[in-house]
Amino acid sequence: MSPGRSKGPQAVHGSGLELSEEVIGPGFENVSAPRAQGAKRRNEWVQLAHDAVHYRRTQVGLLLVFLVTVLALFGPLAAPYTPYEFTGLPYAGPGDGGLLGTDNLGRDVFSRVLNGGRSVLVLAFAATAIGGFLGVTMGLVAGYTRDAIDDLVMRVLDVVLAFPQIVLVLLFVSILGPRVWLIVLIVGLTHSPRIARVTRGATLEVRERDFIKAAEALGVSRVRIALGELLPTITSPLLVEFGLRLTYSIGLIAALSFLGFGLQPPAADWGLMINENRVGLIVQPYAVFVPVVLIAILTIGTNLVTDGMARAMIGIERDTGV
Amino acid sequence: MSRIALTVKDLNIELDPSGIEIDRDVSFVLQEGEVLGLVGESASGKTTAATALLNFQRRGARIAGGSVNIDGREVLQLSKTQLRQLRGGEISYVPQDPGSALNPALRIGIQLREVLEEHGFGSSAQERRERVEEMMAEVMLPSDEEFLRRYPHQLSGGQQQRVVLAMAFACRPKVIVLDEPTTGLDVTTQAHVLSTLRDLAKAHGVAAVYVTHDLAVVAELADRIAVMYAGRVVELGPSRDLFRGASHPYTRGLLAAIPVIEGRRALKGIPGYAPRPGRRPQGCAFQPRCPYAIERCEAEMPPETSVSADHLVRCWRAEEVRVMVTVAGVASEPGLVGGGEEALLSVKNLTAWYGSREILHDVSITLRARECLAVVGESGSGKTTLSRCIAGLHAFKITGEIDFQGKPLARLARGRPVPVRRSIQYVFQNPYSSLHPRKTIAQILRQPLDIFFDLERDQREARLSELLELVSLEASLLRRYPDQLSGGERQRVAIARALAADPVVLVCDEVTSWLDVSVQASIVELLVRLQREIGLCMLFVTHNLALIRSIAYDVAVMSEGRVVEYGITDEVLANPEASYTRSLLADTPTIKDVAL
Repeated sequence: MSPGRSKGPQAVHGSGLELSEEVIGPGFENVSAPRAQGAKRRNEWVQLAHDAVHYRRTQVGLLLVFLVTVLALFGPLAAPYTPYEFTGLPYAGPGDGGLLGTDNLGRDVFSRVLNGGRSVLVLAFAATAIGGFLGVTMGLVAGYTRDAIDDLVMRVLDVVLAFPQIVLVLLFVSILGPRVWLIVLIVGLTHSPRIARVTRGATLEVRERDFIKAAEALGVSRVRIALGELLPTITSPLLVEFGLRLTYSIGLIAALSFLGFGLQPPAADWGLMINENRVGLIVQPYAVFVPVVLIAILTIGTNLVTDGMARAMIGIERDTGV
Repeated sequence: MSRIALTVKDLNIELDPSGIEIDRDVSFVLQEGEVLGLVGESASGKTTAATALLNFQRRGARIAGGSVNIDGREVLQLSKTQLRQLRGGEISYVPQDPGSALNPALRIGIQLREVLEEHGFGSSAQERRERVEEMMAEVMLPSDEEFLRRYPHQLSGGQQQRVVLAMAFACRPKVIVLDEPTTGLDVTTQAHVLSTLRDLAKAHGVAAVYVTHDLAVVAELADRIAVMYAGRVVELGPSRDLFRGASHPYTRGLLAAIPVIEGRRALKGIPGYAPRPGRRPQGCAFQPRCPYAIERCEAEMPPETSVSADHLVRCWRAEEVRVMVTVAGVASEPGLVGGGEEALLSVKNLTAWYGSREILHDVSITLRARECLAVVGESGSGKTTLSRCIAGLHAFKITGEIDFQGKPLARLARGRPVPVRRSIQYVFQNPYSSLHPRKTIAQILRQPLDIFFDLERDQREARLSELLELVSLEASLLRRYPDQLSGGERQRVAIARALAADPVVLVCDEVTSWLDVSVQASIVELLVRLQREIGLCMLFVTHNLALIRSIAYDVAVMSEGRVVEYGITDEVLANPEASYTRSLLADTPTIKDVAL
């Protein structure tokens, strides 16, 4: 036998489990990252967010979104007037009527700006949520079944995709009238084909993996496989897609208001304000300029955050790569 | 006589920016025409060291010091332009997967010419065309225009790898680095690629560095072998010396893990696995897994000492290890048992299609209770299809019958009654894709328990620990996620998941092909033990003929969708009847003349 063996035989038998505590690591790529420590492990979304925040673009994006969101949510509390009050002559400059002057009817622009953000934010989020729910459902079903249902769903979605989003929305809104719930629903619906495509693509890749086969061999029901096995695996690309669709929703809903199919006067809404005051652009630029800038900041912000998440997900600029 | 082609001295590579060491003090010298086998398990730093020879590091790693000298030129000092000239010219690289090394959108003729043009090889297009033809002849591929106009996907894996070899040899390099170039290939193809490589290196005086985790592959190919562990070369010497007088316990462990065709020998895996960078222990990195470890090993890294001229080793007890005859390695009869008379599962005249293509023709096999049947064949032989048909995972048409306990089975698992579904369990080939990445080990193992058994909470907890114990894993792993485990541990979890259903038949589809040889041996050990302890009936599918003697009583050899030979393992290996079995036997790399 081996002379002078200093360890008991059980130390070398079997699989060498005595090692696992000190040598287990999530993998080479993670070794130098702080997250490799111990068995503690963060949720994948948290990890994605954590990685994304390291990018300057994400930080800037978050700051922009934060500023606009705070303004939109808490602005009404700070407004000197109600959005409907007439405070001066129409198109008065900043000097004579409030901080940013007055609008086409003589209402305080500053107060209307503070009140007009909520609708954009809330409607955009709601539309994205509806689109996400529908799109993910259709994408999962299509991608997982891969039979006639897949073909049917995807071809129908192709037809929907053939129309520019705004045309579809305008079509329905002009037929049924400009109602808020309708706008949210239609914008969400028009997002769903795009989200469905992303979901289906990710699903197709994952469904061929063996752990899905393993669940099938055990006889797990299809619905449970779709929701319990497939969906948790594709959350990262979906998260990025949601961010992107949110950006589009903001633009689209603001555009609808501008075109007069969104919120109706006298409501305070950034898109609507641009429309109402564009005639007086030369005399009183603030009434147009400020909502435009705010919408731009919001979309740029969400876009930067999304971009950061996408980069974190595929690992661009990751400091230790494989 | 020969000139020195490559000198590597004190090469240090670390993670960037953390500075954790990956490779430390890697040194070796290669002469023209010499082949060096660079051997080690995953995470040993062998590929990192190999790419450093081209002054290349993947993102996140950095060459921190040392020198690589090719024919008098210091590679680590070159500018980017000089490096571009050097790579593919003086030194070339053959990656693991030829499928991803070739540009899928370019015809192979164009890709071959491109190498020559880039490096200004030959003075005219005509000369280069002749060189392409010469290269193709050297790697034994046709060089006619029709073949050169093919795209990579129109070639087989072996042909692709030979095209990559031709590209690597195109500009008559001094040094060629090969990173597990035959991993994805069948044994027959592998044998051809290896002999081509050996001939080319000898004929043109090219120094070759061959990276692999399998000592058997380089046994005949390499003149010298460097064994790497945790970023250091722990043993370096002429192949013969290494096989006859391995002086490092790790080398001995690797040798004991290699399945041999001749003579029966229980496989012995190396316990544990190679630590990753940043998690390597103090002192000798192998010490926690080493049966010969003494206190000194924990404290100090042993220096490089020579046991004979040209044979270096890093071990405090090298002299003792060298002359030692280990008990662990010596043949012990596995004592595999034949099953009873009763057929548990029988496949009769099974024909299976994939789409409209018939891929299994009239296959009949029988599994008897408590017996292991090996199904051996190369890729495309239909062995995986056969196992998937049995497991109810084949999504296309089949004819013929699969009977289990006397009753015919439905084609898909979903259509089978619950007790049948529970009784036949399947272990997948790739443990990196068979476990759900977002679930903990406990959640993964609970799935079959929840489906097949109605357990109370504490019964379930107890069963989970019991399962892990059965596959020699610690219960603390339950809260971990798959990506926190090594490949071998994942495969154990996959086996535990199959065992959770308390099956009668376990179908193992190439369960070791993704694992290092040393880990493969411990998985086989585990499966043999399960056979004995719980009397499992097993279908063991593999491409490695050398493995089956250690595990299976019966064997079915498959080729092109047919069973070409079927019988008791020992008899088939001793007197193969089918010519296919004979050629498979001849091409399987194995080691001879090993002193353990």
